[in-house]
Amino acid sequence: MGSEQIIFYFLSFWLIASSLAMIFSRNAAKAVLFLVLSFFSVASVWILLEAEFLAITLILVYVGAVMVLFLFVIKMLNINKSTLRAKFAGYLPLGLIVALIIIAEMTLVLGSAQFGLDVMPAPARHGADYSNITELALQLYTTYVYPFELAAVLLLIAIIAAITLVHKKEINRKQQSISEQVNVRAKDRVRIVSITSPPKENK
Amino acid sequence: MVSLSDYLILSSVIFCIGLVGIFVNRTNIITLLMCVELILAAVNTNFIAFSHFLGNEAGQIFVFFILTVAAAEVAIGLAILTLLFRVRGSIEVDVTNSLKG
Repeated sequence: MGSEQIIFYFLSFWLIASSLAMIFSRNAAKAVLFLVLSFFSVASVWILLEAEFLAITLILVYVGAVMVLFLFVIKMLNINKSTLRAKFAGYLPLGLIVALIIIAEMTLVLGSAQFGLDVMPAPARHGADYSNITELALQLYTTYVYPFELAAVLLLIAIIAAITLVHKKEINRKQQSISEQVNVRAKDRVRIVSITSPPKENK
Repeated sequence: MVSLSDYLILSSVIFCIGLVGIFVNRTNIITLLMCVELILAAVNTNFIAFSHFLGNEAGQIFVFFILTVAAAEVAIGLAILTLLFRVRGSIEVDVTNSLKG
């Protein structure tokens, strides 16, 4: 067993263990922390597959931003722990049966007879001068440039949608009132006062 | 050497764990969102494994776009969750059954 296999099984063990701990943990904050460990393990598996850019993006974007957003919402909502009692007894047997059948079917279809090393040989490792980011960027900015811009527009729409959903209406908001501005008259704004000037002193 | 089928079976196991999480979780919607994230990570692992073994970068480009869409989904999902908590005072799955006919 080579060192690559040892690393792979180590990462797989922690990935599966932390995922199981995530779905069975009763505390939402602990579940987020287990999911962080899962994402780190997934990113390490991706580095094993020579996808360095996506692995670091996963850590930066998911662990750094999305998971912190989850934690932020959990802390902000202040979920009462007593209401979060474990209620997953009902669907657990059926869910486990379905999952085990799916895993068995997948193992039959994706086993080493179909995708083993003799069918799909492992590609040679790239040298030190190979840059995954360069290869991705060459594809992303030429062939996939329109999907890239569409993704940017999608993120903009997500920002607008999220802000619009949670924004409270006109409580602390400063905004223009267009009709008042248009309908304003001069007498509302300007007050003409007549000031009698004092008489000039004669020298 | 680690074969392609090892990666594929690993990602299918992770997929099933996320699926079981959605089945069994009745406590809060945040955990459901996290299970969806786990399922997306498994799918992305599939894409990257095939991209590595076939020597084609298109799979990694696809993962890039999936990450973008998943980030947007999480942002809007958490916004809806905050709104739900503000209206109902709870984010338990069993409480949010107002669409039931």
